[in-house]
Amino acid sequence: MTAKPRLTHNHARRLLGQMMRIRVFEERCAELYTQQKIRGFLHLYIGEEANAVGTMEALTPQDSVVATYRDHGHALARGVAMGPVMAEMYGKAGGTSRGRGGSMHIFDRPARFYGGNAIVGGGLPLAVGLALAEKMAKGSGVAVCLFGEGAVAEGEFHESLNLAALWKLPVLFVCENNLYAMGSAIERTESETDIHLKAASYRIDSRRVDGMDVVAVEAAARGALEHIRGGGGPVFLECMTYRFRAHSMFDAQLYRDKEEIERWKERDPIKRFQTWALSAGLLHDSDVTALSAEAVIEVDAAVAFAEASPWEPLADLEKHVLMDKVPA
Amino acid sequence: MSAARRKTTYREAVRDAIREAMLRDPRVFLMGEDVGRYGGCYAVSKGLLQEFGEERIRDTPLSESGFVGAGIGAALNGMRPIVEVMSVNFSLLALDQIVNNAATIPHMSGGQFAVPLVIRMATGSGRQLAAQHSHSLEGWYAHIPGLKVLAPATLEDARGMLWSALEDPNPVLIFEHVQLYNMEGELDAAAGAVPISGAAIRRPGRDLSIVTYGGSLSKCLAAATALAGEGIEAEVIDLRSLRPLDDATIMASVARTRRVLIVDEGWRSGGISAEISARIVEQAFYELDAPPARLCGVEVPIPYPKHLEDASVPQAESIRAAARALVRPT
Repeated sequence: MTAKPRLTHNHARRLLGQMMRIRVFEERCAELYTQQKIRGFLHLYIGEEANAVGTMEALTPQDSVVATYRDHGHALARGVAMGPVMAEMYGKAGGTSRGRGGSMHIFDRPARFYGGNAIVGGGLPLAVGLALAEKMAKGSGVAVCLFGEGAVAEGEFHESLNLAALWKLPVLFVCENNLYAMGSAIERTESETDIHLKAASYRIDSRRVDGMDVVAVEAAARGALEHIRGGGGPVFLECMTYRFRAHSMFDAQLYRDKEEIERWKERDPIKRFQTWALSAGLLHDSDVTALSAEAVIEVDAAVAFAEASPWEPLADLEKHVLMDKVPA
Repeated sequence: MSAARRKTTYREAVRDAIREAMLRDPRVFLMGEDVGRYGGCYAVSKGLLQEFGEERIRDTPLSESGFVGAGIGAALNGMRPIVEVMSVNFSLLALDQIVNNAATIPHMSGGQFAVPLVIRMATGSGRQLAAQHSHSLEGWYAHIPGLKVLAPATLEDARGMLWSALEDPNPVLIFEHVQLYNMEGELDAAAGAVPISGAAIRRPGRDLSIVTYGGSLSKCLAAATALAGEGIEAEVIDLRSLRPLDDATIMASVARTRRVLIVDEGWRSGGISAEISARIVEQAFYELDAPPARLCGVEVPIPYPKHLEDASVPQAESIRAAARALVRPT
């Protein structure tokens, strides 16, 4: 694995800007949910932004991404335009999936973003298959699969790690370990709580990363991708992270105490990186002010886009159930 | 003009279909448990590893969900996988991938992604394999929008459906009845792709329609031959596709014969036979001279001993009796 990248001003600005725009987007989504503009489940990513931003920063356009139901941050970090993501949250025709998927199922073909998958563990076999096709076609892309530590208890996790290792496939497994599978703390569901050890038992290059440190995540992802592209087979990163908000908007959080949440908030990935970058002279106060304003402007525009977007016509209800052709 | 005919079996016809697909399209590969070195649990893929190598005839661990999902991912990323699952009972381990991913991703992504995947699996009873290897659950899959479900019952279809299924942009499940693999017959030397939509009338008749598919087709045809000796002419319809169903062919036949018997190895309750019966009642009620009749699997987990297994599913004799009762009620 390589050492921490040497950050330029622009690089630092981009990392902070990405995390901030995700944060502002998520906070706005929470408001829109209470206004009933967004319905169904809504799983906020607040607190975990460094994982998506650090990982996606290291990817190339040829790489593909498989995400979970907590996928807005992943999609935005991957470069999916915010307007269509917000319209998807609304269920509008201007959404990434023409509104059919909603918050848990963002798909975007140009970004090679293969969906928020809302079956825990269900995305891992897909990533294995994306990587298998890549290897068979002698492509250069890596399949990046993000999932929570809850997925580790699923059989599909073990089947997928075994297949990826057995066939030396170009897969980067990114486990976002936020310590809770919905309301179940990891020590209440796992006999081995060091998740990366499970991956290592499949002979996968595996390591634990501070998921509240965007630079550490990016460095780990870059190192991992180098290893994978060099033909070294899959890599597993366990990013130690924490969600600051409830699991979904229906969650009263009876299973964890406020002190624990406050302790983790002291490690807020945005505050932490911002403080460090300012003190290191990589960024100036004016950068932070500008980025903050830009994020609000972008989110405002995304909301306006979603509001203005039409609803999918009822006549198209059954469209795309069966496809006429494979999209080129 | 008579084309050259050659002797073959259902098993060889499926193998020839796989072989042709592998030769025609470099994106095609076969993946599943023991498809390579072992040659396939029903010997369908015997010899293909030697011909195409282990990259394209890919043995998998016993991870149905993992390798079916990998097939979906590979299809999303430009390949045309043929995934073999040993039996429909084992496919339940991959149900999440088939139902939650393959069938939903095209619609859930707003048409951005297609899943051009073929999953083949064995189905049905008759080999004394008991209650975890013998069931007919294809009707369950026929419940799922986004899937196509095929049941080749003839050598022509065993040989010809695979290529058309691979050319289809949607996930297609092909159910091969275990009792058909040894079926012998003659096939056109030039036999190739056949359409995968539409039912076929395998035997015309005026007195009743027998609607069936897969492993029950030959039993229905045998019953029809015997019935002819009694002066009853049965029309036998081979559904070929369970999803979509070819309503037009069924209704046209029923309108001619005015009586219909549906024969299905699957269980009666909530089965595909119930769906077919409901459609006939909805669309052809006033053409009928008698209520639609069904002969289905007895509602037990398929037992091991031969006499009990045989009694669990429709047989030529019970089909004949059911047809006679429908045409000549006592």
